[in-house]
Amino acid sequence: MRGYHDLGGLPAGPVAQSEHDCAYWEKRADALLVLLSAKGLMRTDELRRGIESLGADVYERLSYYERWIGSITQMMIEKGIVTIDELGRKMAEVEAREGGVR
Amino acid sequence: MSPRFAAGARVAVRSAFPPGHVRTPYYIRGSTGVVERVCGSFPIPEELAYGRHGLPARALYRVRFPLREVWPDYAGAAADTIDIEIYEHWLEPA
Repeated sequence: MRGYHDLGGLPAGPVAQSEHDCAYWEKRADALLVLLSAKGLMRTDELRRGIESLGADVYERLSYYERWIGSITQMMIEKGIVTIDELGRKMAEVEAREGGVR
Repeated sequence: MSPRFAAGARVAVRSAFPPGHVRTPYYIRGSTGVVERVCGSFPIPEELAYGRHGLPARALYRVRFPLREVWPDYAGAAADTIDIEIYEHWLEPA
């Protein structure tokens, strides 16, 4: 088996060399992992495993920090740090306020 | 657990292809290289990734591979190498 992420040696086109800043939400995603790690709730290895488990289609569609959030969300549910119900209600609240994309 | 290999040892990466969180890159499995240094011993990522403690700690080695052996059609210099850090349980004497 070869993980979709494990693409060393496969053709992948040229590397985009443009400089770009992280969006504010991306910095918060990074900080979230640091916090979770400091509290012993999630390890970098678990983050990676979660990203690798997203599936080829989702992996391809999501940006770097979107993949982080995908992985963190899954881990938080599995570990009982948030419930699906809590998450769904909060997401609906944010979506109503911000007009989000599902 | 003391390290099985010393710097300078010839080692081969096992040709195993399990599913799950593995830090040994797919493309290097089956290749032979030389231990450049012993990095120390650490809990293993394959276990840490599933919320387990990853103990006993295993030795991690920086292994140097000739690129001509890694890539069949490598067209660069014969002296070109790549270094990859690989855990002990993925290595056999070569």
